[in-house]
Amino acid sequence: MVDAPSGRSLVVDAVTHRYPSGALAVENINLDIKGGEIIALLGPSGCGKTTLLRIIAGFIAQTQGRIIIGDGIVDALPPNRRSVGIVFQNYALFPHLSISENVSYGLAARGIDKADRQREAQRLLELVQLPTMAERLPRQLSGGQQQRVALARALAIRPSILLLDEPFAALDKNLRLDMQIEVKRLQRVSGITTLIVTHDQEEALSMADRVAVLSHGKLEQFGTPSDVYDRPQTLFVNTFVGSTNRMPGVVVSADRAAAKVRLDAGAEIIARPAAGALTEGGRVTVCIRPEHLQFVGDETGFAGVVGMSLPLGATVVHEVTTADGSGVKVSQARFGETRALESGAAVRLAPLAPSLANAFPATL
Amino acid sequence: MGAAPASRDVTSYGMGLAVPLALFFLVFFVAPLLQLLWLSLHNDTAGLHWGLSQYQHFLTDPFSLGVLGSTLLLGAEVTLVCLMLGFPLAWLYQRVGPRLQTIIILIVLLPLLTSVVVRTFAWIVILGRQGIINATLQSLGIINTPLKLLYTQFGVVIALAQVQMPLMTLPLITALGRIDPNLDDASCSLGAGSWRTFFRIVLPLSLPGVIAGCTLTYAAAITAFITQSLVGGGQMLFMPMYLYQQASTLQNWPFAAAISIIFLLAVLAVVSVFTTLGRLSRGYGGT
Ligand SMILES: Nc1ncnc2c1ncn2[C@@H]1O[C@H](COP(=O)(O)OP(=O)(O)O)[C@@H](O)[C@H]1O
Ligand SMILES: [Mg+2]
Repeated sequence: MVDAPSGRSLVVDAVTHRYPSGALAVENINLDIKGGEIIALLGPSGCGKTTLLRIIAGFIAQTQGRIIIGDGIVDALPPNRRSVGIVFQNYALFPHLSISENVSYGLAARGIDKADRQREAQRLLELVQLPTMAERLPRQLSGGQQQRVALARALAIRPSILLLDEPFAALDKNLRLDMQIEVKRLQRVSGITTLIVTHDQEEALSMADRVAVLSHGKLEQFGTPSDVYDRPQTLFVNTFVGSTNRMPGVVVSADRAAAKVRLDAGAEIIARPAAGALTEGGRVTVCIRPEHLQFVGDETGFAGVVGMSLPLGATVVHEVTTADGSGVKVSQARFGETRALESGAAVRLAPLAPSLANAFPATL
Repeated sequence: MGAAPASRDVTSYGMGLAVPLALFFLVFFVAPLLQLLWLSLHNDTAGLHWGLSQYQHFLTDPFSLGVLGSTLLLGAEVTLVCLMLGFPLAWLYQRVGPRLQTIIILIVLLPLLTSVVVRTFAWIVILGRQGIINATLQSLGIINTPLKLLYTQFGVVIALAQVQMPLMTLPLITALGRIDPNLDDASCSLGAGSWRTFFRIVLPLSLPGVIAGCTLTYAAAITAFITQSLVGGGQMLFMPMYLYQQASTLQNWPFAAAISIIFLLAVLAVVSVFTTLGRLSRGYGGT
């Protein structure tokens, strides 16, 4: 049997890549991933996720920087010597080989004899809960099943790192949840260091130990899901991860821990300077998530007029137009009998707590 | 994915549209073929006595069998040369940028844009005693006396390979283009080297194209009357020329007809081997 140590660490050290066409796809990315961690690489389409994944796998030689797996620099190693398992977005199963042959392909390449190979393939197919599919061809399987096979095939070589490129994007919603749970279970069982590329923030937050948020080839933030969601370091992270209200304003006074901001919507609130110190008198954008806004009865907060209320199952989302004409969304948990808000009702809104309003220096 | 209209059998669509072509085939292909068969079943040139003696003559005559054998061999050699040269070219095509792709396609298609006669004469100029190859080798002092290239099997194979190359390369380019490039990467990331990837993944998946290319090249090479005759010259005799001599020069129409039928059957046998292989490989790739 192959005994590659699983759960090795992965360091992406100041990696920059420029395609021959001139496109700067990733720029000075630093990631320090511990053995056995599950990391999500999150960002909108075109931000360089696939490029970074292919650099780690060895399909692209980066323009600058180093990739370190375990304690070895792997930049000089071709993909077939890096011991990195990949699950491609379209699964890339070999269409002319049976499921069993697909799964044992990597073992054959390592010169393992046929009987051992078949036994190992069967073990892996049981692991991904497809024990009866060994003799079928890939096209005779459903999308979800093909994905399990792709996973088994990548795990068969006992890679030190497992890379998954948008693995669930092609699956419908229920199946996606099943597969997310499945991948997480397999990752826990094998303890393998895993990097999942996704543009779906819910997926990133639910699956990963830590999330790396990319935008335009740059690393915006690398932290735990709650870091990224509750303490975003950039305006991009705040708006891309989860939904948020962006409210413009001016800094009245500021220190490192808190800033008093006069919102254009007409109230002074305390906000957290999320991206470092703010200058007094500077314009800022304050981000407050819909679930972090509350209706207040007194004269604190800012005024608005209720537009529409959308009952979304567990929550109700109200659209409120503020004094400066911009709209904000407020999300309320739905108690048995939520007080109905008439369209056109005048209300006042305030953040639940100062730490839940993030102020960023205004761009432009 | 939508529900198919139930009771409608797709195979019965618009058969009427095929009628003009079917009539054309009937008049200009099936009828002459039947006439040929009818002619070949006569023992004398006058066409008075029925019999199988023309076939008997061909199949017991070492000279005739030799011509058939060398023609089929010629086809095999040309096909092999085209495959060996065409596959790397097609493979390269899938891995270069769009500008180089245009250039490769142009090079591949260029032979189709010139007349076979012109191309064949070009080969005579290249291969002749005073031709480009001999002149170059002599001026470099590599050889003293000119090599005999023209009127040899080698010359015929090379010239035919160039003439038929597009028939091999185009199906190969199509077949290789259908292979998902991720499969290459997947194979590599699983630890396979480039040879294993080629023999286990790329080659099996391109097999439909290989077989299509081989069938076309083979059929075209063995029937290439002009190139065979001009580059092969008088000493080398292949089936098309043999047939032409019997019919035109010797006026032995029944024997020429029998040659045609035998040649046709031989070609059909080879082609059906190819297509059987093709059908077996259809299990691969697909969609
Ligand atoms: N082969 C390539 N040649 C040139 N530019 C490329 C190539 N692949 C990707 N790019 C560019 O690099 C950027 C990042 O692409 P990619 O890594 O595929 O992003 P993502 O996977 O996040 O959608 C994009 O702007 C894209 O246009
Ligand atoms: Mg991508």
